[in-house]
Amino acid sequence: METAFAGLVAIFFAAAFYLMLSRHLIRIVLGVAILGNAVNLLIFTAGRVVRETAAIVPEGADMPPAGAANALPQALILTAIVISFSFLAFLLVLAYRAYQELGTDDTDGMRVAEPAEEPPPPMGY
Amino acid sequence: MTTTPVAAADWLVVAPVALPILCGAVLLMVRHRIWLHAWIAMAGTSLMLASSLGLLLRSLSAGPRTMVMGGWLPPFGIAFTADVLGAAFSVAAGAVAVACCAFSLSDIGSTGRRYGFYAFFMLLMAGVNGSLLTGDLFNLYVWFEVFVISSFGLLVLGSEREQIDGAVKYAILNLTATTLFLAAAALLYGAVGTLNMADLTLALRAQTAAPIHALAGLFLFAFAMKAAAFPLNFWLPASYHTPRIVVAALFGALLTKIGIYALLRVLAMIMPGGLESFGGLVAWAAAATMILGGLGALAQSDLRRLCGFLVISGIGVMLAGLAVGGTDGLSGTILYAIQSMLAMAALYLACDAIRDRGGDISLNRLGGLYASAPLLAAVMLLLLLAIGGLPPGSGLWAKVVVVKAALDHGFGWLAFCVLASGALSMIALARVFLLAFWRPAQAPAASVTPPSPTMLLPLLGLSAAILWIGLLPETVLSISRLAAGGLVDPAAYVGSVFPGGLR
Repeated sequence: METAFAGLVAIFFAAAFYLMLSRHLIRIVLGVAILGNAVNLLIFTAGRVVRETAAIVPEGADMPPAGAANALPQALILTAIVISFSFLAFLLVLAYRAYQELGTDDTDGMRVAEPAEEPPPPMGY
Repeated sequence: MTTTPVAAADWLVVAPVALPILCGAVLLMVRHRIWLHAWIAMAGTSLMLASSLGLLLRSLSAGPRTMVMGGWLPPFGIAFTADVLGAAFSVAAGAVAVACCAFSLSDIGSTGRRYGFYAFFMLLMAGVNGSLLTGDLFNLYVWFEVFVISSFGLLVLGSEREQIDGAVKYAILNLTATTLFLAAAALLYGAVGTLNMADLTLALRAQTAAPIHALAGLFLFAFAMKAAAFPLNFWLPASYHTPRIVVAALFGALLTKIGIYALLRVLAMIMPGGLESFGGLVAWAAAATMILGGLGALAQSDLRRLCGFLVISGIGVMLAGLAVGGTDGLSGTILYAIQSMLAMAALYLACDAIRDRGGDISLNRLGGLYASAPLLAAVMLLLLLAIGGLPPGSGLWAKVVVVKAALDHGFGWLAFCVLASGALSMIALARVFLLAFWRPAQAPAASVTPPSPTMLLPLLGLSAAILWIGLLPETVLSISRLAAGGLVDPAAYVGSVFPGGLR
């Protein structure tokens, strides 16, 4: 089961990096979104995929039964989802504002902060 | 599970994190009463610095301190562990925060305050201190994200075109770096089954089957990107000159050093075997970072961009200490990072003062400041010596330790690169001094107003700290040696997390 999930994680990562190699901002943002999900799936897989027993401690015992699902990766993923969602929201607004202000979503055209023809510092006193 | 209450003095472990979060929340509540903001932020940063100092003193006298959340014993509960390394970095970060907060009193107007400058500021400090004090790898990721999202807010404060442009590059590359860090943490969890740093330290020393080299490579990539090491540094000069200079001072002083801290904690303490296998790569990256940073600084006419390249050059020296390794190499990295936080914050703030007094930020148009601002010239001269690595600046001793460690461990060429990068930074800053200060004024000054004390006092305070480290280095040297010793032999760190010796 983990092997199949590992393959799926690899496809997610490949798709994310392919999109992030694009020059267009909106594709990069989509790539970042997929990258976040790739990592979430990776955490899930790293915690081992067990689906038979719920992670509930029975009455009288002080440990979950053997073979119970690992609850920790789910807590980690929950945290990571919230964070990557908020970042995605920020990035979408930023990409939209960048398109409004800079008039392009081509990252090669974004040279406002680093103008190509900036003069060098004075060579003499 | 433990039911005994935490000792009162150990609450100090979370105070540098809890105080700024509390202040940030209060600042959001009084969002519309902007006259209150500066006072709350000043009080918050001062208390935070005081608690960091207390924590450093306590970790020096009683060893690393641990506090676990909710009474869950490690490795299950989230632990906060303050050792000398984390506490010393936290003190330096607190000093920078107080200076930047005081500087911002006259620099950030009511628009910036209404936008939430101080709330972002305090949450950024919470993220920085949280990263320095946490004892859990996943928690470290969360604190990284806390300061990264606050830094986005500070970066786009004002929403000018340059800022949007810089923020796009900064946001996407930093987000990629932290996401890769999370991927590395997930793989480490899958291999070892724990995320507590002390537990990981024990587990990776006991268990040799873990794919430690691949993991160390991923962590190295992610943290080197945060630290702006070559060839992952291009986001820094693209963005650090766009926000308000006091924001840039905060970023240049703190954020890249958190990357160095994470490298020290994860590679040097948790997986030293991984660091050894990448030692040669780190050494080459260090050399390229410091030389290219110095050359980049030489090519800039905009003072803020020049500072950005000097930040990168300093990161190279810190990486050189890490590549050399051992107590001496790591203590060089730690000492350089601590003094570089102070020096870089002071340099950015001095650039703001130069723009204020000289009316421009470009070396092509500045001039005549030696006559019109003699005190600023003295501060700038000290910073030039500190960053170039000459006495009486603080950079001298840090470079002495790094160079000596490199020579002792057979890295002669790396020692040469450290000295060469010092010469390059020296030339770049000496040219600033020559052109902006000694050259006669290029245009008649529009209006000469006396500098406000809130701009001068933080600059003088940081300069005093730099001069103190430069003239009386023994205190900071011994702290950095202790901190490095704690990384090389983490028995005390592990013992503070598992006092019973059990895991």
